[in-house]
Amino acid sequence: MNEDKTKQKKVRFKSLVIEGTKYRTYFTRKFENRKPRIPENPQYILSFIPGLILKVFVSNGQKVKEGQDLLVLEAMKMKNRIKSPLTGTVKAVHVKEGVKVPKGLLLIELEKE
Amino acid sequence: MPLKRKIKELQKRRQEVLLGGGEKAIEKQIAMGKLTARERIRKILDDDSFHEYDLFVEHEARDFNMDKKILHGDGVIIGTGTIYGEPVCIFAQDFTVAGGSLGMMHARKITKIMDHALKMRMPLIGINDSGGARIQEGVNSLAGYGEIFFRNTLSSGVIPQISVILGPCAGGAVYSPALTDFVFVVDKISKMFITGPEVIKTVLGEEISMEDLGGAHVHSEISGNAHFYAESEEECFEQIKKLITFIPRNNTHKPRTFETREPKNEFQIEKIVPGDPTQPYDVRDVVRAIVDDSDFFEIQEKWARNLVIGFGRMGGRTVGFVCNQPLVLAGVLDVDSSDKAARFIRYCDAFNIPIVTLVDLPGYLPGADQEHAGVIRHGAKVLYAYSEATVPKMTVILRKAYGGGYIAMSSRHLRADFVFAWPTAEIAVMGPEGAANIIFRKEISEAKDPEKMRKQKVREYKEKFANPYVAAAKGYIDSVIEPEETRKLLLHAIEVSASKAISGPKKKHGVPPF
Repeated sequence: MNEDKTKQKKVRFKSLVIEGTKYRTYFTRKFENRKPRIPENPQYILSFIPGLILKVFVSNGQKVKEGQDLLVLEAMKMKNRIKSPLTGTVKAVHVKEGVKVPKGLLLIELEKE
Repeated sequence: MPLKRKIKELQKRRQEVLLGGGEKAIEKQIAMGKLTARERIRKILDDDSFHEYDLFVEHEARDFNMDKKILHGDGVIIGTGTIYGEPVCIFAQDFTVAGGSLGMMHARKITKIMDHALKMRMPLIGINDSGGARIQEGVNSLAGYGEIFFRNTLSSGVIPQISVILGPCAGGAVYSPALTDFVFVVDKISKMFITGPEVIKTVLGEEISMEDLGGAHVHSEISGNAHFYAESEEECFEQIKKLITFIPRNNTHKPRTFETREPKNEFQIEKIVPGDPTQPYDVRDVVRAIVDDSDFFEIQEKWARNLVIGFGRMGGRTVGFVCNQPLVLAGVLDVDSSDKAARFIRYCDAFNIPIVTLVDLPGYLPGADQEHAGVIRHGAKVLYAYSEATVPKMTVILRKAYGGGYIAMSSRHLRADFVFAWPTAEIAVMGPEGAANIIFRKEISEAKDPEKMRKQKVREYKEKFANPYVAAAKGYIDSVIEPEETRKLLLHAIEVSASKAISGPKKKHGVPPF
């Protein structure tokens, strides 16, 4: 049993590079689980808040204009109309009416004209 | 004998109320692995020191058949007592009475003892174990919370406020602990969140347990809302009692002094810190090598571990320690560790506790996540807190102190009273590698063997600047000292700064980067 405990406690040192110098150190769980940054892409419509997909106005292959309504995302008792940020074609619709979505979920993929 | 009969009646009435929600409810409380509110108070306070107020308070709710319900003490126990002879005010929510729910009279009892604590200038301990607002009492219960939050704020920085989470503490109720100085949690018992698992499930469809959402582990390791984590209620009570020995009764008092004890022999200061600034060690061992009896009382032990805070005694007097921890993330400052340091510095400053800062950091944690999380705003809190603090400030630079990190960690420029540096200190605008790469960019890129040239230039820079003497020549540090001398000099510094008196410009209050 003692052996188990020592095994569990053995966390390995890692390297952290700051201004070109490599430091031997432990990482925290929070640091290791940090999310890599995903660059914003106007062709991907993500849910900006968790909520319910109340209505979907577009379907695959449909041509859309900038500012056209794509769907309604209901969250915190507010009905948010999500508009197209560009003029182009709907490449894929990943949600259906009536589904609940978390924050940051890919809802619709667009293709710029 | 009417008097005897009247006394009997009092005893009978007391007996009834002391049972709280009744035997069944008490059995349920015990089955949940919890102590009763009365047991908790008894175990925290000195034997027989508790004096209860408002035992016979009754609620005033009339709607929803509430007028037919008897809620003993309205679900909360309040009173005064002592811990190691120090007077404290205490309240404990009684989960056995209507789930410890907060109604108007319940809140009035709490605010009564809060007012008493503030008036008498003594610490307040609040034990939270409540299902939340008493829905039947509607807006009156919201008013009750508001009155509590207001008093928490009013008392902040005047009397120590301690919150103990020994059960659920959900919704708005969490903001009272959040406004207090120290929050204690216990494994499997404490639960704190704004929106519970059910709401999250309805809105998001995500399932999460109460434990994973707001259990003791979450708040002591991830969110940083809790300051002390314990495995059991008994361990938690010992922590509370120990904390009381380190802090003063109020902001006009100094903490109690104890007999001076030498550090233990097992902590040999010269053997702890490696000379190579890239190698890790546990800075808490350095603290243990310089504090009385090697007794270091760490705060927020599990959260933002790249910075260590806590209390120790030197020459019998309480000292607050703020230390970079090279063992974790090389001891960098980041969003969480900045918050951790800043709040603690302000606590020490409010309650007349001298601050010793042990410095060994490469700077700030790089990364888009840090920048986007506001490391500028959070990092600024450290500068603000140190600059604002008027208690004695002692700084010991153990090894690296580069760039903004050097300035932030209680440097002379932020009005540290004593700045010592070990011979291993490197006080420079940045690490030798980074600096050489910038200063000698041309030489390095134009050399026949750039790598060889780079190494040579790094070495040159190290020799010239990676030491404490450049800063010492400008008087930015007062003395370069041998590690062995650290305790002696800090004791001296604390001694001679006991009568420190400075004041800044008159203002209502500053506008810190909250």
